[in-house]
Order: sequence, then structure tokens, then C-alpha cells
Amino acid sequence: MKRTFVIAAAVMGLAALSACTERPQTLDSGVKVDAQAFQGTGMAYEVPGWKQGDKVSWEQHMKVRTQNQNDYSRVN
Amino acid sequence: MARMKFVCDSERCIECNSCVTACKAEHDVPWGVNRRRVVTLNDGVPGERSISVACMHCSDAPCMAVCPVNCFYRSDEGVVLHDKDVCIGCGYCSYACPFGAPQFPSTGAFGVRGKMDKCTFCAGGPEANGSEAEFQKYGRNRLAEGKLPACAEMCSTKALLGGDGDVIADIFRNRVVKRGKGAEVWGWGTAYGSKQAGQPGGAKS
Repeated sequence: MKRTFVIAAAVMGLAALSACTERPQTLDSGVKVDAQAFQGTGMAYEVPGWKQGDKVSWEQHMKVRTQNQNDYSRVN
Repeated sequence: MARMKFVCDSERCIECNSCVTACKAEHDVPWGVNRRRVVTLNDGVPGERSISVACMHCSDAPCMAVCPVNCFYRSDEGVVLHDKDVCIGCGYCSYACPFGAPQFPSTGAFGVRGKMDKCTFCAGGPEANGSEAEFQKYGRNRLAEGKLPACAEMCSTKALLGGDGDVIADIFRNRVVKRGKGAEVWGWGTAYGSKQAGQPGGAKS
């Protein structure tokens, strides 16, 4: 009888102490996950010359497009 | 992996403000907010220089570091973006930014500030690519359309270059090697006299 009482008290004590645990306080970002640019928009206004969803194709296309700003290579 | 950057060539910038106009038109930026602007040093003095300034998409962005609600994030291309649904409009980022990039619409009475707005490198925001919600909050997502920022692509003198940092650095380096700099530049004497501004001896910069 006494043993049962001790066990019950210990369980109740542990349950009561569990309320004292600390809640996590790390600063989580509430930012939604952004889609990658290479995935495209799936809409009009897309520039032809690359395949939407293909990262390598997008990167290659952007490299070529960036060179359009190089007027030395365009003029000469 | 590309790391997107802007470079502005002060020898070429003619302060036409077409980059500012292109940005405002492309993204329907409201009155009172300029994501990009042209800054002129020594305005009116021979040798004045102008550069186009917007968010520089810093590698270690101070705005990101000070934001109390952690609304900033960086895309895989190194573009610093933010979530307007998380932003509380406190203005810490504008105090931290050395370029004055974060802008706040203030159409309300008593100096009420809205959510922060800044250059997105034409990469939109966390909403779905090309969606109406993304356009309303952040403007057009040109990167997802396979384009580069409107300001750089519209620049008539190609003073403003935008794109992969390695590629535009090569373009700029090649340009400087070919044309020289300061008083070495063709046409300097015609525009400003034979002497370099601020250097009585006319020494090369």
C-alpha cells in the first residue's frame, strides 16, 4: 500500500515538473519558401531559348544574356 | 552557381535616370518609393560623377542581421529578398543599410509607415513565381522569366551592369583596360578641358 502511494506520488511529481520545461525560444523565420528562379513562371513573357525547370539551361541562358550588356563584344 | 550583382560605371553614367524610370514602370512602384536612384557627386562641378544606387544584395547583409522578425532571406543566386507578410515596418533595416536601399511608403497621416520595399534584383518575393500576389507585393519576377533586371537592361550607355558577378566583372575589366580611366578616357578634354578636375597639374588619375 505504502509502495503504491510512493510510486503514484513520484509519477504525479514528474507530471507536475514537466510543466516547468522551457519552451524553445529560437528565432524561426516565418518566411515562406521561395521557388527558384530557374523553375520559371509557366506563363507568357518568358524569353525563349531556355527550358523552364532546367537549372543548367537557365544558367547558360543568363550567362549569354548578361553578355548582351558587353558592348565591346557587340560592336567589335 | 551565379551570384547576382550590380556594377555602375561612373565614367559612363549620364544621370538620365532611365534606370529609375524603368524600375518604377516595371514594378508599378508607388509614389514616394524609389527602389533605385541616381546619386551625383560634385554636382555642377567639372568632373562630376553619377552612379545608380539600389540594394547591393550584400553577401553579409546588415539589414538581414538587424531584422527583429527575420523577414529576410537570400536566394540561391545571392539575391537578398524579404517577406512583406512577416515585415513589421520597424525601419531597423533602413538604419542599418549603408546604401539607403530599404524604402517605406508613407501615405498615411502622422508619418505612418508601411511595409519595407526595396530592390529585388527583379526576382520577386516568396509568393509563387509570376503570380498576381507576387507582382502586387514585390513587382515582376524577371529572373524567372529568363531576363535580367530592367534597370541594367534598359541602361542606354550600359553604365549599369547587372547579372552574374563574375561575368559583369569581366565585362567591366575589359572595358577599363580598353578605354582607360579618368583623363585617359576619350573625350575627357572635350567635355572638361584638358585638365583633370581637382588636379591643377592635369595629372592622370
